[in-house]
Formats: sequence, structure tokens, C-alpha cells
Amino acid sequence: MAKILMKGNEAIGEAAIKAGCLYFFGYPITPQNELPEYLSKRLPQVGGRYIQTESEVATSNMIFGAAGVGVRVMTSSSSPGISLMSEGLSYLAGADLPVVIVNMMRAGPGLAGILPAQSDYAHATRGTAHGDFQLLVLAPSSVQEAVDLTMLCFELAEKYRMPVMLLGDGMIGQMMEPVEFPPMEVGPPMNADDWALTGCKGRAPRLVSSLFLDPVELNAKNHERFEKYKVVAQNETRFELYNCDEPYDILITAFGVMSRVCKSAITELKKQGVRVGLFRPITVKPYPSEALSSAILKARRVLDVEMNMGQMLVDVQLAANGQREVDFMGKCGGLTPSIEDVVEAVYASLAKAEAAV
Amino acid sequence: MKSTDVLFAGFGGHGMLMAGKLLALSMIKQGKQVSWLPAYGAEMRGGTANVTVCISDGDVMSPYIERPNALVVMNTPSLAKFGPRVKPGGLILLNSTLIKDPFTRDDCPVMSLPASQIAMDMGNARATNLILLGAYAGITQIASQEEVIETIQETFTSRPKFIPLNVSAFSAGWKEGTRLRLESGVEFAHQENEEEETDSRYAYSNG
Repeated sequence: MAKILMKGNEAIGEAAIKAGCLYFFGYPITPQNELPEYLSKRLPQVGGRYIQTESEVATSNMIFGAAGVGVRVMTSSSSPGISLMSEGLSYLAGADLPVVIVNMMRAGPGLAGILPAQSDYAHATRGTAHGDFQLLVLAPSSVQEAVDLTMLCFELAEKYRMPVMLLGDGMIGQMMEPVEFPPMEVGPPMNADDWALTGCKGRAPRLVSSLFLDPVELNAKNHERFEKYKVVAQNETRFELYNCDEPYDILITAFGVMSRVCKSAITELKKQGVRVGLFRPITVKPYPSEALSSAILKARRVLDVEMNMGQMLVDVQLAANGQREVDFMGKCGGLTPSIEDVVEAVYASLAKAEAAV
Repeated sequence: MKSTDVLFAGFGGHGMLMAGKLLALSMIKQGKQVSWLPAYGAEMRGGTANVTVCISDGDVMSPYIERPNALVVMNTPSLAKFGPRVKPGGLILLNSTLIKDPFTRDDCPVMSLPASQIAMDMGNARATNLILLGAYAGITQIASQEEVIETIQETFTSRPKFIPLNVSAFSAGWKEGTRLRLESGVEFAHQENEEEETDSRYAYSNG
């Protein structure tokens, strides 16, 4: 199939259709509007339903309802909208429901700006909402990867019966790149036969809920769920190593589209004889800590680059575990560190590495 | 591996995003990888609208470029903002119908074309974007005339009445671009970045 030039938002919409998603509920917000717009046109063509909700709070409860009856469902929003859904995300996790949530991050905090940012990393990976739970979070760096990971999101959500988030940013959403859609055989949602609310005629009634008033039962549930998270971490952690086959002095860490700016900087630095590797987590939750630790030990110093005030930095520092210093360079508010900014920051890190000798 | 990038900038409604899209689509025909990154946001209303098109033999690395290889610019505010940022040795192509103030750079060629005037002489100022796209392609020879014309025909399939004007505007621009290239005295090739192949490995934590 020939590659077609598509906006990230629209490509994710088509990927969802190809993955067999039949239901979308969502409330408009820039910079992800092309995604619901696309699905409002496409879903009816494939026998699905698109509903523009009255609010994000309603959205999160509607995806709970749809997932609860065992259909394939998704929503998308951007930063402030995801905040409004957060309570619902906790309920979804507490009821072990498979849903896909797309967050095309914009600058924060508050209503802030509509330009790209990565400032919901901490929200997505740590502080999504109340209670003990995790999301599985994948961060694409190109439109093609957004397509591939969107399809994977549905698979993982159903395989592990948990909410999965695609964490993009305004740049991924608004950018056009050539994409192809891998052929995919999709059936009905996986693993829903023994829990989904499909009508109890001829079988015992079922309950989908996150309410557990018995502390012993709730404690057991949470332990069971965290055992599942361990399996997810074991099986599904993904990352990319770039320019790491040859020795390197500085290791850059970056996720999403920011990593591509860093790749350009690395290419520039290569010409100047500076040896820099890049570690890019593709799953930011679970975080590929072990692989990053090994990569860090081969470097003299680490430079974390993000479109925020340093949110993934915590995970990088944990992986460095005091063995290497970690520098940070970031811009936020809708600004993106440029190739030139990254080059400059690498030289600053190198100078610090030299001074430390 | 070779790559280049070009920033198309003007006011919202000038069609610079469309010019960039037509270039990107033409480059895909050549088997290139491309990215098309628009500036979206508040500045689209009344301010500048622009798009960066990156073109590469291999994967496009950064789609976000602060210092482009080339700038195709429609109006004075965009030139003021982006003109100084073009890489040394790059190309600046400006619409001299709308940009009256002189603009020079010692370290890269600045070429001007009365693109709006040419479009108006053809009967529609809205074709200015295609004049400029034609001139950019004619100067740099980045795409053949046939490739872009085919792209225009495919892109406007659902609005065929726009095809003749856009094709003739592109062709007129191409002719001007070819003239500018010859007048510049050098066999003007577009500025390209040379990049070594770099290893990239994707992995799962459990191998």
C-alpha cells in the first residue's frame, strides 16, 4: 500500500478504525480536534458510533460504560481535558477496564497555551488521579509510530485489561508525514467473555465496579493488579537506542518528538567529533529503567531534554542511581528546544564532565 | 544520506501551507521521506502562518527547524522574523510585490520575484503561492515540473476547476525560477545537509 500524507491526529483516527475501534466519545480541545473530527466522519461508515459529549467528565464515564459492556472504545483530549477526566481514569483502572486514551499535550499549567508541550509526563506516569494504579503509556515520536502505537494500545488494553494512554503532543497531532497502515486482522475485543456486561440471561449476573468496601478484598485486588503491572513491565517495555553502538561521552534522554530534535543535534555533533548517544523510552510507563541504566553507565554524563520543566528527569535520575550526573535542558510554554539549543547543552554537559575529572 | 528543509511563510490565507503540502507530496513521489509541520496557534489569526517541510533520503530527524535551508516568504513580517534565521549558504526567495523594503544577507542569496503581480496578471492573486512554489522548484530543481503538476492534479481532484489556474501559476513560477537560477550565474543546487547513517535499535526490555 502506498504511503499517504496525513496529519498525526487523523492518522491516529484511522489507526483506531483499523484496530477495530467502534466507539469514540470526546469533547473538543486544541490541538487534537482533527482526531474526533475524523472519527465523526469515519465511525458511522464502519457501523460505529461517535458522540460529542457535554464535558470531559461525561466522556470518562461514557468510556467506562462502553468498556464495561465489552466494546472497543477510545477517547482523546489534550492536557486540561485529560485533567478533567482523571477521576474517571482512576475508576477505569479500579474496574480493570480496557480503554484507549489519547493525550495530545499542550502547554500548561491551567488553561495555558495551545502549543506543543510534554508537561503531562508526570500526570500520565505517576499522578494521574487518586488511588493505587498505573496506566500503560506509550509516547510516539512520528506520525507513523503514532499509527503503530495506536494499534498496539488497543491490543495491550485488552490483553492486560487496563487503560492505555497514547501520549503525544501538539506537534505529533498537527504534523503531516507519510504513513502506511499495516494490514490487521481484527476480531471482537479480546478477553471480554468472562467479565463484560453482555446481559445475564442464562448465566450468573456480573458486576463491573471500582467500589470495594471490604478492606481485605480491596487490598487483595490492588496487590493482584500490581502483580499484573509487573508482568506488563516485563513484557511490554519498549525503547530506542540511537547512535549507541559506538562509544559515546554524553547520553541524551528524550521522549516523543523531542527525541528527533536530539537526533538532528547528534548528527550535527558527530560532524564536530562529539560522541553522543540517545536513549528514547517508547513506553514511558512502564519505564525502561534497566536498559537506561546500562546505557547510562557507558556515558560520562547524561543530558535529559524535554519540552517541560524536567518531568522525565526523575526517571532518568532513578536509572542513573547516583552513578552519573544528570543535566537537564528544557523549554516549555509551547516552545521547543531547537537543534542549536541541544548542541549547546551537550557542550555544556561535556564541559562539566571535563571539569569533574 | 541527504536532507534539506524549507520554510514557507506568509499571512494566514496566503496558501503557504498548501504550497508546502504540494511540495511534500511531490517529494513522496520521488521516494523521499518528508515532514510538514505548520505553526498553529494564535499567530494564525492576522499574523504569520508558516509551515516547515523537511525532505530526506532517510527518516526525517527533527521536523522542528529553527534555522532552515531555504525560506519562501510572502510578506514583510514573515521576512523580518525568519529572514535572519536562514542557514548561511541557504536560499531566500521573496515576493517583491508585497515586500517593498530591501533585504540583504551577505552569506546567502536573496532572490525576489513580483509573485503577486504575476498572479494578478494571470487573473487571480490567490495563485501567488503556486507562483512562489514554482519559482522555488525552478531555482532548486528539487522536483521536476511534471512531478509537481501531477501532484496539483491529484490534490485538486475534487475541485477540478482550480487545476488549470494552479498549473499555469506553477508553470509561470517555474519559468521565473529557472531564469533566476541562470541569472545567478551558478548552477544553483538547493542546499543539502550531508548526514552519516546512524545506528538505531529498537528493543524490548526482556530482549
